[in-house]
Amino acid sequence: MSNVLIIVEHTEGTPKKASLAGITFGQQLVAKNGGELHLAVIGHNITGVAEAVKCYGATKIHVVDNECFENYLAESYTTAALATAEASGAKFIAAGTTSTSKDFLPRVAARWGASMASDVLEVIDANKFKRPMWAGNVVATIELTSDNKVATARATEFDAPTTGGDSEICAVECSVDLESLKTKFVSFKAIKSERPDATAADVVVSGGRGLKEAQNYKLIEDLADKLGGGVGATRAICDAGWVPNDLQIGQTGKVVAPNLYFAIGISGAIQHLAGMKGSKTIVAINKDEEAPIFSVSDYGLVADLFEAVPELLGKL
Amino acid sequence: MKLLVVITRVEDPEIKIKIQADGSSIHTDGMKYVVCPFAEIAVEEALRVRDANDGEVVVACIGPADATHQIRTALAMGVDRGIHIVGDGSVSPNVKAAALEKICAEEKPDMILLGKQSVDDDLGQLGILLAEKLGMSQATFASKEVSLEGEEEKKKQAALVVSDGRVEVIREVDGGIETLSTSLPCVVTTELRLNIPRYASLPGIMKAKKKPIATHPLADLAGGETNGINILGLEAPPSRAAGVKVPDVAALVDKLRNEAKVI
Repeated sequence: MSNVLIIVEHTEGTPKKASLAGITFGQQLVAKNGGELHLAVIGHNITGVAEAVKCYGATKIHVVDNECFENYLAESYTTAALATAEASGAKFIAAGTTSTSKDFLPRVAARWGASMASDVLEVIDANKFKRPMWAGNVVATIELTSDNKVATARATEFDAPTTGGDSEICAVECSVDLESLKTKFVSFKAIKSERPDATAADVVVSGGRGLKEAQNYKLIEDLADKLGGGVGATRAICDAGWVPNDLQIGQTGKVVAPNLYFAIGISGAIQHLAGMKGSKTIVAINKDEEAPIFSVSDYGLVADLFEAVPELLGKL
Repeated sequence: MKLLVVITRVEDPEIKIKIQADGSSIHTDGMKYVVCPFAEIAVEEALRVRDANDGEVVVACIGPADATHQIRTALAMGVDRGIHIVGDGSVSPNVKAAALEKICAEEKPDMILLGKQSVDDDLGQLGILLAEKLGMSQATFASKEVSLEGEEEKKKQAALVVSDGRVEVIREVDGGIETLSTSLPCVVTTELRLNIPRYASLPGIMKAKKKPIATHPLADLAGGETNGINILGLEAPPSRAAGVKVPDVAALVDKLRNEAKVI
């Protein structure tokens, strides 16, 4: 079995949580099929990131550290990823699913003559995987038949990687002339929040149409803050402009799997369930006892949220 | 300028998908098919960009014979003409990209627009594969910063502004908003928050009947390209057992503290 290369993304000098799940995917692939696990880190001034992932048993960590990779661009990162693939002898490139890996790994696949499995839920063997279709209403078993293979792995389906061993860090020389690229990076505006991001939080509190109007979303934030959690929302209230779209949990938004998920004033549309069904404990508060959300909840409370949530805040 | 929109024909997202007992495929009896909601947003944006810059919008769809319905839907929204690439069964993104590469060599579009993913296979690869094959740049997850309830949307303004052979695209990415500028031709994939697609008007529907649709067999365009991904079987996702209803907030807090031990 040939080697497996996992691309490790980072933010503010530390590996992304989704990338750690990507490393777990790589560990599972190697455990089932043999070959060596290799990691790649691309960016500028990223020694700390490589150091932070030395403990996961990879044979080597290939580091492309160059000013031209300061800002992410699909065109330049495709070149860098394939340079690390060459250095690692990998026939399989993968990463945890993020908006970045979704953007550039298909490009890597096309340039590398590979087929790609998007958003893998489970590794069956070197070629076979389970992945969601139709908004997670169907799980498909698929087989990649190309020689080179690419995949993204859904972060909520893979636990933290096992530790052990000390990887060798190797520099890979690679640069691109930014002037020659068709795309220019203009700006990145971070949506800053005092709260943890819903994809990384232990507790997520989400609100839906049952909140009746935008200002009542404060109840969701208050409960999240009380529990040190993140906040989320249904597509309906994002579309209505009550809250920013990046809070959307569901098939068309984020997929989360915290220890504790509160669905408040949420009926439980299929598209929302696809984004939170993997949560460990689900609590639903809704006044409609027929709401579909109760069929996936561990604890359901049929109540008026405007009474129940303030009472809950008082009791926690 | 010429805009090519690639749409997909998908099962109506409002209808519950059921899997055949042998797991080979989904039940299609009585199924209703629609234009993928993300692709509809791509059609809408292409129409706005055309109206701001003059030119033509062409829609392409890979699908079985009756995908003409989805092409007519796009024509009724205001698209100028259609290209139907006729192929049955599960077609991988590699094969679709190979077929579309040929179409693009012929059509030479300045901008190719697609939904960020098709809501049947949920792969989200096609636009990016096509961009790489054509040596074009890409801007995925195109969105806008302002609310869809704002003035800009009411005036049906294009979010993608083209000037001097370049387009600036606001992208929705993890943790924030990114802005890119790219030269034309390029591939753009659309997020939900880009626009609210128009409904076809009655005159639009009448006009659509006379608009031309060229047809090509898929095998003629993508001959030789292998699927690369085979679907071996389908199953329902593991179901969560419904839990218990608690009578009041006090009971809920007790369960969370002492049973689930999560607070």
